Amino acid sequence: MSTLQIVFVLLRRELMLAMRRRGDVLTVLFFFVIVASLFPLGVGPDPKLLRLMGGGVVWVAALLAAMLSLGRMFASDYADGTLEQLVLTPTPPVVWITGKILAHWLVSGVPLILVAPVLGVQFGLSNEALVVLVFSLLLGTPVLSLIGAIGAALTLGLRGGGVLVSLLVLPLYIPVLIFGAGAVDGAMSGLGSEAHLSLLGSILILAFMLTPWAVSAALRISIE
Amino acid sequence: MNSINWYKYSSPATFYGLAGKLIPWFYSAAALFCVAGLYLGLVLAPTDFQQSDAYRIIFIHVPAAWMSMFIYVVMACWAALGLAFNTRLSFMMASALAPTGAMLTFVSLWTGALWGKPTWGAWWVWDARLTSELILFFLYLGFMALQAAIDDPRRADRAGALIALVGVVNVPIIYFSVRWWNTLHQGASVSMTKAPSMAAIMLVGMLVMALAAWMYAIAAALSRARSIILEREKNSQWVAQMVEAEV
Amino acid sequence: MLEGKDLACVRGERTLFSHLNFTLNEGELLLVQGANGSGKTSLLRMLCGLLTPEFGEILWRGEEIGAARETYHAEMAYFGHAPAVKEDLSASENLDFSCRLAGIPVDSDEVKGALGHLGLGHCLNLPTKSLSQGQRRRVALARLMLVKAKLWILDEPLTALDQAALQLVQTLIGEHLRQGGMALMTTHQPVMITGIVPKTLPLTP
Repeated sequence: MSTLQIVFVLLRRELMLAMRRRGDVLTVLFFFVIVASLFPLGVGPDPKLLRLMGGGVVWVAALLAAMLSLGRMFASDYADGTLEQLVLTPTPPVVWITGKILAHWLVSGVPLILVAPVLGVQFGLSNEALVVLVFSLLLGTPVLSLIGAIGAALTLGLRGGGVLVSLLVLPLYIPVLIFGAGAVDGAMSGLGSEAHLSLLGSILILAFMLTPWAVSAALRISIE
Repeated sequence: MNSINWYKYSSPATFYGLAGKLIPWFYSAAALFCVAGLYLGLVLAPTDFQQSDAYRIIFIHVPAAWMSMFIYVVMACWAALGLAFNTRLSFMMASALAPTGAMLTFVSLWTGALWGKPTWGAWWVWDARLTSELILFFLYLGFMALQAAIDDPRRADRAGALIALVGVVNVPIIYFSVRWWNTLHQGASVSMTKAPSMAAIMLVGMLVMALAAWMYAIAAALSRARSIILEREKNSQWVAQMVEAEV
Repeated sequence: MLEGKDLACVRGERTLFSHLNFTLNEGELLLVQGANGSGKTSLLRMLCGLLTPEFGEILWRGEEIGAARETYHAEMAYFGHAPAVKEDLSASENLDFSCRLAGIPVDSDEVKGALGHLGLGHCLNLPTKSLSQGQRRRVALARLMLVKAKLWILDEPLTALDQAALQLVQTLIGEHLRQGGMALMTTHQPVMITGIVPKTLPLTP
């Protein structure tokens, strides 16, 4: 079977598993909504302030939600032995790793993108800024899944793995946060957001090319 | 082959002895440079006309910041060597460097705050350099936390090495993004780049202090590497012989 | 032919075994023997390519397994401690996906046949979380029948199985060997396979 078919089979399996465990997907989504809703309660309901903060808050919430969902990426496959079997298939690891990351993004990144405009409206973002928010998340959330996969692979089976992942991964998420929130800011202030979005795009391409190799190395280290 | 046998020095037993001989020299060099640098910085360098004597903290702050970045790169180099050639000593050097790097990062953040209060009127300003330094501190902490969480030394070595490499690839991207973020949000912050033109003697003082920090870092990393070697090789013959000889 | 040359395994600070040599030819069964903690599982994982040996090399058809990774993994099947069964999928879905991911397309009749052979015909479509431990191991064994690998590496394939299943697994291994396959396994139970005299490989530090 061709490599593309393998990726397709893996995607089908992951989506089927996610469908049978809808609760997990929804938990991450609600976490995203709750974190974003806490900010107005913390800083007060001043519309001007909220409009200024909106993009950044939604992006920080997206970062935290993405990080929370990383535990799912390899941990259950590692616990039940499926990960070993994947490593032992003749397919090059980079191929199925890319498939797993893509599946993770579809299950935990895409729902965030769909809900984000609602949160944006709560913060009083303009229509143009809402469009930019969705675009920036579309470019940025796959990077979160890609970089996060390295952290998830390195911390497999470790005690306190969840907190450790956040320490490893959040500093690496900073450029995505800066350019993502910056894009929304640019749209709000009328400075334009093309530069931010194209930088996000180039980070995505770079991450897409490099991270599967790092994840493959990380999984080898953790499985030994 | 008539060249030097480098692999000999990558054996922990040989390295243990060699490092033991080198450490006092590096500590002495560090002390010498430190005394000279402080004399240059605190006595010979003139009082600044704008910042009075508060500026003198740069003789600690700047060398610490330089070394904190340099050590991260060196650490990543050891990590890469370890992953490429599977030499245990390289991994040990990477782990031995991390705490020193983290400490220098912390020193540079702390002295930055001490300098910021009289100069900017605030302990902390979201300046691009300060923010990057803070993120570097997080990277060091992540490296050390990951190694501490893994019991198997082989896995700890490799996992740490990989995260150090991922970090070093990301550092330029992070630095660039923070600069970009900072220039867009100018106004609230004061740029540190517009420091008053520096007298030559100040620069020399900082360089000498940087040398002191460098020598100290080498000495500290070597002695930490020696402890790691002893811990890992506690069941080996050469350690047993050495302990017997000392009793 | 699978060959181990001068293998050594170090876990943590302990040397589990060293200077281990063996060869495994077509139609042969090799039993790895040793007390708990002697490194049986480590050896098996090493032979799969999951663990890098501290010393020595492993050859498949004369080639180092790391260098011939793709061909080796296409001809090898591993049965580990964990059954590699997804709790939320049914037995037949599990088999279907694991075979396809290994690059072997199977149709539903083959899957049904294999599961029926192992006595799981009545619970094909139940989520495997409702199956017992022994039944999950049978699902994993059914995978061995379907992927048709030349070399079987089996870690304790006989534990958690009832008497009937024990007999069945040994018959399966016998058939596999008679068809020119080879198998390498660990077990604490006596192995009785008609017509096969297993080779043994004791593990000592």
